[in-house]
Amino acid sequence: MKKRVKGEINRFELKLPAISVNESVARAAVAVFCAQQDPTATELADIKCAVSEAVTNCIVHAYREKSGLCYITVCLLEGGTVRITVRDTGCGITDVKRAREPLFTTDAAGERSGMGFTVMENFMDRLLVRSCRGKGTTVTMIKRVGRQKEED
Amino acid sequence: MIRTQYRFDIRKRDRLLVVRLFGEIDHHGAATLRREIDELLLRERPARLVLDLSRIEFMDSAGLGFLMGRLRLLRELGGTMAVSSPNEGVRKILRLAGMERFIEIEGETEKGDRR
Repeated sequence: MKKRVKGEINRFELKLPAISVNESVARAAVAVFCAQQDPTATELADIKCAVSEAVTNCIVHAYREKSGLCYITVCLLEGGTVRITVRDTGCGITDVKRAREPLFTTDAAGERSGMGFTVMENFMDRLLVRSCRGKGTTVTMIKRVGRQKEED
Repeated sequence: MIRTQYRFDIRKRDRLLVVRLFGEIDHHGAATLRREIDELLLRERPARLVLDLSRIEFMDSAGLGFLMGRLRLLRELGGTMAVSSPNEGVRKILRLAGMERFIEIEGETEKGDRR
Protein backbone atom coordinates (compact mmCIF):
# COMPACT_ATOMS: atom_id res chain seq x y z
CA MET A 1 0.00 0.00 0.00
CA LYS A 2 1.38 3.37 -1.02
CA LYS A 3 1.88 6.04 1.62
CA ARG A 4 -0.78 8.71 1.51
CA VAL A 5 0.50 11.93 -0.02
CA LYS A 6 -0.16 15.43 1.29
CA GLY A 7 -3.63 16.69 0.42
CA GLU A 8 -4.89 13.21 -0.25
CA ILE A 9 -8.16 12.37 1.51
CA ASN A 10 -8.72 8.87 0.28
CA ARG A 11 -7.33 6.42 -2.25
CA PHE A 12 -8.71 3.49 -4.20
CA GLU A 13 -6.73 0.98 -6.23
CA LEU A 14 -8.17 -1.54 -8.63
CA LYS A 15 -6.48 -4.18 -10.76
CA LEU A 16 -8.60 -5.78 -13.45
CA PRO A 17 -8.06 -8.15 -16.36
CA ALA A 18 -8.22 -6.06 -19.53
CA ILE A 19 -11.36 -7.67 -20.88
CA SER A 20 -14.29 -5.75 -22.27
CA VAL A 21 -16.82 -6.86 -19.65
CA ASN A 22 -14.72 -4.93 -17.12
CA GLU A 23 -15.32 -1.58 -18.84
CA SER A 24 -18.60 -1.15 -16.98
CA VAL A 25 -17.12 -2.58 -13.77
CA ALA A 26 -14.30 -0.03 -13.83
CA ARG A 27 -16.44 3.03 -14.51
CA ALA A 28 -19.04 2.02 -11.93
CA ALA A 29 -16.42 1.37 -9.24
CA VAL A 30 -14.63 4.66 -9.90
CA ALA A 31 -17.92 6.58 -9.89
CA VAL A 32 -18.98 5.11 -6.56
CA PHE A 33 -15.66 6.04 -5.00
CA CYS A 34 -15.65 9.57 -6.48
CA ALA A 35 -19.15 10.16 -5.08
CA GLN A 36 -17.44 10.97 -1.76
CA GLN A 37 -16.41 14.29 -3.29
CA ASP A 38 -20.08 15.20 -3.78
CA PRO A 39 -19.96 15.68 -7.55
CA THR A 40 -22.99 16.75 -9.59
CA ALA A 41 -24.71 14.12 -11.71
CA THR A 42 -23.14 15.66 -14.82
CA GLU A 43 -19.65 15.56 -13.32
CA LEU A 44 -20.10 11.94 -12.33
CA ALA A 45 -21.33 11.07 -15.83
CA ASP A 46 -18.25 12.82 -17.28
CA ILE A 47 -15.93 10.81 -15.02
CA LYS A 48 -17.62 7.53 -15.95
CA CYS A 49 -17.27 8.29 -19.63
CA ALA A 50 -13.60 9.28 -19.34
CA VAL A 51 -12.76 6.13 -17.36
CA SER A 52 -14.61 3.99 -19.86
CA GLU A 53 -12.51 5.47 -22.67
CA ALA A 54 -9.23 4.94 -20.84
CA VAL A 55 -10.04 1.32 -19.94
CA THR A 56 -11.26 0.58 -23.47
CA ASN A 57 -7.96 1.91 -24.81
CA CYS A 58 -6.14 -0.58 -22.57
CA ILE A 59 -8.21 -3.46 -23.89
CA VAL A 60 -8.38 -2.55 -27.56
CA HIS A 61 -5.08 -0.80 -28.20
CA ALA A 62 -2.58 -1.60 -25.43
CA TYR A 63 -3.23 -5.33 -25.29
CA ARG A 64 -4.95 -5.68 -28.69
CA GLU A 65 -7.75 -7.68 -27.05
CA LYS A 66 -5.24 -10.24 -25.70
CA SER A 67 -4.53 -10.85 -22.01
CA GLY A 68 -3.20 -8.11 -19.79
CA LEU A 69 -4.00 -6.13 -16.69
CA CYS A 70 -5.44 -2.68 -16.21
CA TYR A 71 -4.39 -0.77 -13.08
CA ILE A 72 -6.66 2.00 -11.88
CA THR A 73 -5.88 4.38 -9.03
CA VAL A 74 -8.29 7.04 -7.83
CA CYS A 75 -7.11 9.70 -5.39
CA LEU A 76 -9.53 12.08 -3.74
CA LEU A 77 -7.72 15.31 -2.97
CA GLU A 78 -8.54 18.29 -0.81
CA GLY A 79 -10.56 21.00 -2.54
CA GLY A 80 -12.90 18.60 -4.31
CA THR A 81 -10.39 17.22 -6.79
CA VAL A 82 -10.28 13.69 -8.13
CA ARG A 83 -7.21 12.27 -9.82
CA ILE A 84 -7.66 9.06 -11.77
CA THR A 85 -4.77 7.07 -13.19
CA VAL A 86 -5.30 4.23 -15.66
CA ARG A 87 -2.15 2.25 -16.43
CA ASP A 88 -1.31 -0.71 -18.63
CA THR A 89 1.83 -2.61 -19.52
CA GLY A 90 0.86 -3.12 -23.14
CA CYS A 91 2.39 -2.10 -26.45
CA GLY A 92 2.59 1.63 -25.76
CA ILE A 93 1.73 4.48 -28.09
CA THR A 94 4.19 5.38 -30.83
CA ASP A 95 3.03 8.96 -31.27
CA VAL A 96 1.04 10.30 -28.30
CA LYS A 97 0.46 13.71 -29.89
CA ARG A 98 -1.11 12.13 -32.94
CA ALA A 99 -3.10 9.63 -30.87
CA ARG A 100 -4.68 12.55 -29.01
CA GLU A 101 -5.97 14.16 -32.19
CA PRO A 102 -9.75 13.88 -32.68
CA LEU A 103 -10.83 11.07 -35.02
CA PHE A 104 -7.38 9.45 -35.02
CA THR A 105 -7.51 5.66 -34.82
CA THR A 106 -5.14 2.83 -35.60
CA ASP A 107 -8.09 0.48 -36.06
CA ALA A 108 -10.21 1.89 -38.88
CA ALA A 109 -11.69 -1.54 -39.67
CA GLY A 110 -13.16 -1.86 -36.19
CA GLU A 111 -15.68 1.02 -36.45
CA ARG A 112 -13.72 3.06 -33.91
CA SER A 113 -14.60 6.72 -33.71
CA GLY A 114 -11.09 7.83 -32.76
CA MET A 115 -12.62 10.08 -30.09
CA GLY A 116 -11.37 8.36 -26.94
CA PHE A 117 -8.68 10.86 -25.92
CA THR A 118 -10.87 13.77 -27.08
CA VAL A 119 -13.61 12.61 -24.70
CA MET A 120 -11.13 12.26 -21.82
CA GLU A 121 -9.71 15.70 -22.53
CA ASN A 122 -13.10 17.41 -22.75
CA PHE A 123 -14.87 15.62 -19.93
CA MET A 124 -12.02 16.08 -17.43
CA ASP A 125 -10.12 19.25 -16.51
CA ARG A 126 -6.71 17.84 -17.28
CA LEU A 127 -5.32 14.86 -19.19
CA LEU A 128 -1.75 13.62 -19.07
CA VAL A 129 -0.55 10.73 -21.22
CA ARG A 130 2.81 9.07 -20.70
CA SER A 131 3.73 6.16 -22.90
CA CYS A 132 6.76 4.05 -23.64
CA ARG A 133 6.74 1.80 -26.68
CA GLY A 134 6.72 -1.85 -25.61
CA LYS A 135 6.30 -0.99 -21.94
CA GLY A 136 2.90 0.57 -21.57
CA THR A 137 0.88 3.72 -21.08
CA THR A 138 -0.24 5.74 -18.08
CA VAL A 139 -3.18 8.09 -18.45
CA THR A 140 -3.80 10.58 -15.64
CA MET A 141 -7.04 12.52 -15.52
CA ILE A 142 -7.86 15.29 -13.07
CA LYS A 143 -11.19 16.95 -12.39
CA ARG A 144 -12.43 19.33 -9.74
CA VAL A 145 -15.97 18.51 -8.73
CA GLY A 146 -18.83 19.28 -6.41
CA ARG A 147 -19.92 21.98 -4.07
CA GLN A 148 -16.41 23.02 -3.00
CA LYS A 149 -15.67 24.01 -6.59
CA GLU A 150 -18.74 26.27 -6.71
CA GLU A 151 -17.93 27.88 -3.36
CA ASP A 152 -14.45 29.06 -4.53
CA MET B 1 -46.35 -4.09 -34.06
CA ILE B 2 -44.12 -4.27 -31.01
CA ARG B 3 -41.49 -6.94 -30.65
CA THR B 4 -39.09 -7.08 -27.74
CA GLN B 5 -35.57 -8.43 -28.04
CA TYR B 6 -32.62 -8.56 -25.75
CA ARG B 7 -31.16 -5.07 -26.08
CA PHE B 8 -33.78 -3.30 -28.14
CA ASP B 9 -37.37 -3.35 -29.23
CA ILE B 10 -38.77 -2.29 -32.57
CA ARG B 11 -41.83 -0.60 -34.01
CA LYS B 12 -42.62 -0.64 -37.71
CA ARG B 13 -44.94 1.50 -39.80
CA ASP B 14 -44.72 1.09 -43.54
CA ARG B 15 -41.00 1.49 -44.20
CA LEU B 16 -40.29 3.46 -41.05
CA LEU B 17 -38.41 1.43 -38.44
CA VAL B 18 -38.04 2.73 -34.89
CA VAL B 19 -35.52 0.86 -32.78
CA ARG B 20 -35.49 1.66 -29.09
CA LEU B 21 -32.18 0.75 -27.47
CA PHE B 22 -31.79 -0.11 -23.80
CA GLY B 23 -28.96 0.06 -21.28
CA GLU B 24 -25.39 1.12 -21.97
CA ILE B 25 -23.44 1.34 -25.22
CA ASP B 26 -19.73 0.78 -24.74
CA HIS B 27 -17.11 -1.22 -26.60
CA HIS B 28 -18.23 -4.40 -24.83
CA GLY B 29 -21.88 -4.13 -25.78
CA ALA B 30 -21.47 -2.51 -29.18
CA ALA B 31 -20.21 -5.61 -31.01
CA THR B 32 -23.30 -7.72 -30.28
CA LEU B 33 -25.65 -4.80 -30.76
CA ARG B 34 -24.04 -3.99 -34.10
CA ARG B 35 -24.49 -7.55 -35.36
CA GLU B 36 -28.12 -7.76 -34.26
CA ILE B 37 -29.11 -4.34 -35.64
CA ASP B 38 -27.37 -5.01 -38.95
CA GLU B 39 -29.25 -8.30 -39.33
CA LEU B 40 -32.47 -6.40 -38.69
CA LEU B 41 -31.63 -3.64 -41.18
CA LEU B 42 -30.65 -6.07 -43.89
CA ARG B 43 -33.88 -7.97 -43.34
CA GLU B 44 -36.24 -4.98 -43.09
CA ARG B 45 -34.46 -2.54 -45.43
CA PRO B 46 -36.27 0.50 -43.95
CA ALA B 47 -36.58 3.75 -45.86
CA ARG B 48 -36.04 5.51 -42.55
CA LEU B 49 -34.47 4.30 -39.32
CA VAL B 50 -34.98 6.12 -36.02
CA LEU B 51 -32.78 4.97 -33.16
CA ASP B 52 -34.61 5.89 -29.96
CA LEU B 53 -31.94 6.54 -27.32
CA SER B 54 -34.35 7.49 -24.53
CA ARG B 55 -33.49 4.32 -22.56
CA ILE B 56 -29.74 4.57 -23.06
CA GLU B 57 -28.26 5.41 -19.67
CA PHE B 58 -24.63 5.60 -20.79
CA MET B 59 -22.76 5.89 -24.05
CA ASP B 60 -19.06 6.44 -24.70
CA SER B 61 -17.19 6.88 -27.99
CA ALA B 62 -17.89 3.25 -28.92
CA GLY B 63 -21.49 4.42 -29.33
CA LEU B 64 -20.35 7.08 -31.80
CA GLY B 65 -18.67 4.39 -33.90
CA PHE B 66 -21.83 2.30 -33.65
CA LEU B 67 -24.02 5.17 -34.88
CA MET B 68 -21.70 6.09 -37.76
CA GLY B 69 -21.51 2.46 -38.85
CA ARG B 70 -25.31 2.13 -38.95
CA LEU B 71 -25.61 5.42 -40.84
CA ARG B 72 -23.18 4.09 -43.42
CA LEU B 73 -25.14 0.87 -43.82
CA LEU B 74 -28.45 2.74 -44.09
CA ARG B 75 -27.06 4.93 -46.82
CA GLU B 76 -25.83 1.88 -48.71
CA LEU B 77 -29.37 0.50 -48.46
CA GLY B 78 -30.81 3.81 -49.72
CA GLY B 79 -32.37 4.81 -46.40
CA THR B 80 -32.11 7.70 -43.96
CA MET B 81 -31.43 7.70 -40.24
CA ALA B 82 -32.12 9.79 -37.15
CA VAL B 83 -31.62 9.42 -33.43
CA SER B 84 -34.15 10.58 -30.87
CA SER B 85 -34.43 11.44 -27.19
CA PRO B 86 -30.82 11.12 -26.01
CA ASN B 87 -30.33 12.00 -22.34
CA GLU B 88 -28.07 14.91 -21.46
CA GLY B 89 -24.95 12.75 -21.11
CA VAL B 90 -25.46 11.08 -24.47
CA ARG B 91 -26.32 14.41 -26.09
CA LYS B 92 -23.04 15.82 -24.75
CA ILE B 93 -20.89 13.20 -26.45
CA LEU B 94 -22.92 13.48 -29.67
CA ARG B 95 -22.25 17.23 -29.68
CA LEU B 96 -18.57 16.77 -28.88
CA ALA B 97 -18.20 14.57 -31.95
CA GLY B 98 -20.25 16.96 -34.10
CA MET B 99 -22.69 14.16 -34.92
CA GLU B 100 -25.45 16.66 -35.76
CA ARG B 101 -23.55 17.29 -39.02
CA PHE B 102 -24.24 13.72 -40.10
CA ILE B 103 -27.29 12.48 -38.27
CA GLU B 104 -30.54 14.22 -37.40
CA ILE B 105 -30.81 14.51 -33.65
CA GLU B 106 -34.18 15.30 -32.15
CA GLY B 107 -34.16 18.85 -30.85
CA GLU B 108 -31.11 19.90 -32.90
CA THR B 109 -31.57 22.23 -35.86
CA GLU B 110 -28.50 21.25 -37.86
CA LYS B 111 -28.75 19.27 -41.07
CA GLY B 112 -29.37 15.58 -40.81
CA ASP B 113 -31.27 12.99 -42.72
CA ARG B 114 -34.57 14.80 -42.29
CA ARG B 115 -37.17 13.84 -44.86
